[in-house]
Amino acid sequence: MIRDTGIGSKLWRTAVWAVVVVFVLNLLALIATVVIDSLSTRWLGTWLPAGFTAHWYADAWDEFGLTDVLVVTFQVVGAVVLISGALGVTAAYALARRDFPGKRAATLVFLLPLLVPPLTYGIPMATLLYRVGLGGSFAGVVLANLVPAVPFVVLVMIPFIEQIDPRVEAAARVFGASTWQLFIRVLLPLLLPGVLAALLLVLVRTVAMFELTFLTSGPTSQTLVVALYYAVFASGVRAGQEVDVMAVVYMVTTLVWLLLALRFVNPTQIVARAKTQGAH
Amino acid sequence: MTAVPAGRPTAVPLRVRLAARGIDGTTMLVVPALLAIVALFVYPFVYGLVLSLQPKVGPFTASYRTFFSDPFLRETVWNTLVLAIPTTLLNILLAVPIAFRVRLMSNQRLLTTILVLPVTLGTVLVAQGLLTYLGPQGWFNRTLLALHVIGAPLKLTNNYWGVFASLVITGFPFTFLLTLSYVSGIDPALEHAAATLGAGAARRFGRIFLPLLVPGLAVTFCLSFVQAFAVFPSAVLLGAPAGSTHVISIAAYQAAFERYDASLGSAIAMVMGAVQLVVVLLALGARSLFYRGPVGGTKG
Repeated sequence: MIRDTGIGSKLWRTAVWAVVVVFVLNLLALIATVVIDSLSTRWLGTWLPAGFTAHWYADAWDEFGLTDVLVVTFQVVGAVVLISGALGVTAAYALARRDFPGKRAATLVFLLPLLVPPLTYGIPMATLLYRVGLGGSFAGVVLANLVPAVPFVVLVMIPFIEQIDPRVEAAARVFGASTWQLFIRVLLPLLLPGVLAALLLVLVRTVAMFELTFLTSGPTSQTLVVALYYAVFASGVRAGQEVDVMAVVYMVTTLVWLLLALRFVNPTQIVARAKTQGAH
Repeated sequence: MTAVPAGRPTAVPLRVRLAARGIDGTTMLVVPALLAIVALFVYPFVYGLVLSLQPKVGPFTASYRTFFSDPFLRETVWNTLVLAIPTTLLNILLAVPIAFRVRLMSNQRLLTTILVLPVTLGTVLVAQGLLTYLGPQGWFNRTLLALHVIGAPLKLTNNYWGVFASLVITGFPFTFLLTLSYVSGIDPALEHAAATLGAGAARRFGRIFLPLLVPGLAVTFCLSFVQAFAVFPSAVLLGAPAGSTHVISIAAYQAAFERYDASLGSAIAMVMGAVQLVVVLLALGARSLFYRGPVGGTKG
């Protein structure tokens, strides 16, 4: 490693770390503000609230119907994870194992939904879903959320599948395994860590996916993040603490899965859609 | 690979011929997912394009004409660019030096985990938190007042700066983690060679790293810009959605789902896509002016 020892380098190094510290402090303070406010009796014009209470949690839970919202959220997320897993893993297997005409075009079709922001394609998509009568329904929300989820599973799974030696599959065939046995006994155990990682990331991303759910959901198909948006949007109607309770519930829901996901994957994978850009 | 008996090429069954080109049962596994994306992404996009050319009244360009003739709508393009480009550039300017320091750390996991938080939590939660945190009674203003940096609380919410802050907080981690992966991809041997030949830190960066990084930074710029350009929840909650942060996604949403003019809504979404495409093409075009080649130090 190269050591620069001049006074300029030291100052520069200090300045860079200072920026990191300021950023992280602001971020943590922002999260702490939400958590503390949700627990405060009254917090106006002081450093810390006048007192602490947990009663806002009970109030907000009833007021926002959080049980229903959470149930809907997990139904949507569960459906998206299962469908995108089934579609994505099979497609990734074909893309990893075969070289066929039109493969580049197929890859591009899978890449585009990850590069175009959801709001850009969400508006025509939601319009179409409303025209065919799926707008505002549970099915519409699931379909909309599949658009970023399926390509994400495909692109995360391709390298995992490429790592598996095709000769392992050939050996299983030689010993007389049927396609189904090959899949259950050989591929699935080898792919399980990759599938688990991909699906956990889809889960985290779907819980946090605001735009598509916002555009396609109706009153009975709102997920937590959309309910939170409406609560903030209409803040002033209710006590600010209740909105923050909702934010904390959302934060906990996301973070539990994030921490679980981080046990299996590198944090950079959550944003590294651009890894696939290496092909340029 | 297919054992074709000599002299009878026409007898090869279609299955075998297709398999030789890479199409067999396994290849067909790609079809369900591909159909799903075509039906849910490609088709709606084309549908939106057609819809934008079928206005309620007037000739086929009427929706686009409405958008560009109404100053309140037309200015959304400018409002959004003024938010998206400075925040994206600021994020890259911050990310590069930090990535250069972090690449030398042995344990990056804690820092990257902290930075993944705002990306995961999303813009709605960050907007909600910033409303209190940056508010006149929030900790941010209190700290600055206590340090005597400012005399009166700054107004940082319900205006441009609130949205700016939220784009930095959610955008910086994304930009940083992408930059870090590009910076770590550069072979340290190149830097060692330059240092051995007597290049100082500034020259090593300017002559060795920067040319190698430009392609990666161009891609990072594109991805971060496209995300920032579609800013929506924070512009509504944290900005002035009828004023300085009346961004293009708000206009598209209002046209499609509040005024029920699906044609105008789709037209604005198409304009949004087109502006993103233009900026991305400009950024990638600028990239081609720089060095392109391997970033490894080995022979080859």
